[in-house]
Amino acid sequence: MKHVKTAIITAVMGATALSAAPGFAKDLRIALQSDADVLDPDQSRTFVGRIVYASLCDKLVDITPDLEIIPQLATSWETSSDGTQVTMQLREGVVFHDGAPFNAEAVAANIERSQTLDESRRKSELKSITATEVTGEHEIVLTLAGPDATLIAQLADRAGMMVSPTAAAAAGADFGLNPVCSGPFAFEERVAQDKIVLKKFDDYWNAGAIHFDSVTFLPIPDTTVRLANLQSGDIDMLERLAATDLAQAEADQNIVVDSAVSLGYQGITFNIDNGEKGDNPWGNDKRLRQALSYAIDREALNQVVFEGAFAPGNQAFPPTSPWYNKDLPLQSRDVEKAKGLLAEAGFEGGIDLEVQVPNTTVPLQVMQVVQAMAAEAGINISLTSKEFATLLADQSAGDYTASQIGWSGRVDPDGNNHQFVTTGGGINDSKFSDPKMDELMNAARVAPSTEERKALYDEAKVIMLDELPRLFLYHQNWIWAYNSKMKGYTPYPDGMIRLENVTWEE
Amino acid sequence: MLHFLMRRVLIALPTIILISIFVFALQKLLPGDPLLVLAGEERDPEVLEFLREKYRLNDPIPVQYLAWIGNALQGDLGTSLRSNQPVTELMAEKLPVTIQLAVMSMIFALVIGIPAGILSAVKKGTVTDYVANVVALSGLSIPNFWLGIMLILLVSVKWQLLPASGYVPLSEDFWQSLRTMVMPAFVLGTALAATLMRHTRSAMLGVLSADYVRTARAKGLSERVVILKHSFRNALTPIVTLTALLFGELIAGAVLTEQIFTIPGFGKLVVDAVFNRDYAVVQGIVLVTAVGFIFMNLLADMMYFVLNPRLRGQ
Repeated sequence: MKHVKTAIITAVMGATALSAAPGFAKDLRIALQSDADVLDPDQSRTFVGRIVYASLCDKLVDITPDLEIIPQLATSWETSSDGTQVTMQLREGVVFHDGAPFNAEAVAANIERSQTLDESRRKSELKSITATEVTGEHEIVLTLAGPDATLIAQLADRAGMMVSPTAAAAAGADFGLNPVCSGPFAFEERVAQDKIVLKKFDDYWNAGAIHFDSVTFLPIPDTTVRLANLQSGDIDMLERLAATDLAQAEADQNIVVDSAVSLGYQGITFNIDNGEKGDNPWGNDKRLRQALSYAIDREALNQVVFEGAFAPGNQAFPPTSPWYNKDLPLQSRDVEKAKGLLAEAGFEGGIDLEVQVPNTTVPLQVMQVVQAMAAEAGINISLTSKEFATLLADQSAGDYTASQIGWSGRVDPDGNNHQFVTTGGGINDSKFSDPKMDELMNAARVAPSTEERKALYDEAKVIMLDELPRLFLYHQNWIWAYNSKMKGYTPYPDGMIRLENVTWEE
Repeated sequence: MLHFLMRRVLIALPTIILISIFVFALQKLLPGDPLLVLAGEERDPEVLEFLREKYRLNDPIPVQYLAWIGNALQGDLGTSLRSNQPVTELMAEKLPVTIQLAVMSMIFALVIGIPAGILSAVKKGTVTDYVANVVALSGLSIPNFWLGIMLILLVSVKWQLLPASGYVPLSEDFWQSLRTMVMPAFVLGTALAATLMRHTRSAMLGVLSADYVRTARAKGLSERVVILKHSFRNALTPIVTLTALLFGELIAGAVLTEQIFTIPGFGKLVVDAVFNRDYAVVQGIVLVTAVGFIFMNLLADMMYFVLNPRLRGQ
């Protein structure tokens, strides 16, 4: 018996010693809030899918945590003086996971695929490119229909992800079942709703910065269970820790918590002129929308629902964004002013408002707090909770008065604004229409310099805050929690998990 | 017996067809447009129209149904709207997981439920009976998700004895597979054990008061033989039916338990599919589970022949 015991102890100690040895092959396990959709950058649409791509597929350009565009597969790019041609120099010595070389031909094939594949969700993002010309093994010229200030930022996301042209041609729309890209990790296997396994790609151009042998993504929807898995050591990292679990995670010495303000927003979208229901007091009179805005204490909302972990906001970008208009700061709550605006609009005795809400915990909590605050100003909000697909369908069809909804956010400011507030915009479910707004938004798309664009957006925001087709409430924070043995992780506002230069120290 | 079986199979066929029509129709009645979610945040109209054509959502519903059932008969249940994987492939991945979970849960349920039921019937009206009843009622009343989270917090986080969640196939690592499954199987098993215990108890009570049991006792047979051989065997029929039905339910998916322990089984597949309006997946799963359920019923019927010699002659 004693021998057995000794043997077990020796074996356990041996195993521990082995794991502590330098250069130990670490397999990183990351828990995601939900399962990714199809793993084809051209067809994909989920946030968690993009987290997987951050390890699987390199893009032409990347962003810094401060939203500056930096080289990834493209080493430099230059826009012609009339803004209709972009010449890109590409990184040399890059290969795809199947061994195919990365070059200008590959970029041309990728752009063509994004623009012409029937299932492609990237068409609108690359719409401005009318032609590509391969001018050298590692040089490509993109011809644009007109100046497009948003294009380079689009290439920092899925539209700029490069897939192996040979693999894509062979697989067609089924590419996502066995994706072949050029990122630091190559696709190994996927079991739906269970795991996505990526293996380190030895021929990666920046292989020296990658310190894990494999990375496994596990969808674990329940936030409590996700944290429990981290605490028990079954996973090494999780994304989107619930704000209410922050205290518990921070108290655990083996866990590190990091966060970044997201690029997106959450708010209330009003039906201004979408179908019959657009003809209602809330859609017709901006003073009512302003009254609701004054009735809400956004800071208190943040404290009550998110324990202060998120960022209160009044614009389409968080206050930390370089695009935020600092001349229009967050207004403080003013119930008297709200009541005054209601009276001006002819609703001294109070008014009802029906808001549709996704039937999940957080949106409901947010709207219940808003409901209580609005009541004090004489606005009686009734909440209709709907399953997300239904909410979206009703909103799109104009069958709503107001809708609690958000946007995941884009690197370029155009993505957070243009389609929502321009006449005929693809997701302008308010059917808000204002000639001055259209003019400013279209001008910001083609303006050559960042300063000029900023000035145009600043001007547009004055109209937005006055008209309030979208009433902004808060900006989510991406919160990651990970094992304290993981070192060198950098949080990014796009919520992606980049594993370059991240190490594991036993 | 063969004749009997044939008749049961023939009765089952219209049931399956009706179920398939029902599921197909109900899904179309669900509010919400799956494509609005599928087309991505931007909802490009061109992409929307292409997808509608591709998944034949522009056709009248009866036409859609006939196309689907026609393919299904050839073994093609379509592809998932969400992940592009063939539905049959998705289900083939999940089935072993769900069966393993179901079998292990059933073992827990039987090992706990039946002895507890016999014991409380034999010791009717004593403290043992009351304790067993209270435990069984608790088993029925404690929600699975609560018990699951509590077990994770205690066993995995605090004591670090078992993995908190996930799944490892039996073929990959036998022991690790059992370790990941023990907690969810226990959570499911205890709830079923409670049901089984109550039924075993009442069946046993009925049998124990029968004349032949008194005769057996009068013959001087030991209590052990009287209870296990004479009484229990006769009480088994309803228990077998119940077990088969419960097993069918388990195959249909232990939705909450799978969600808590992130087990990639049928339950999780169907919940995700419903939320994503992944029509093809929902239809496929319902069809397959309906067939599974009917098969389990058939199996229960056959078990009667084995258990009850009087039926064999018919």
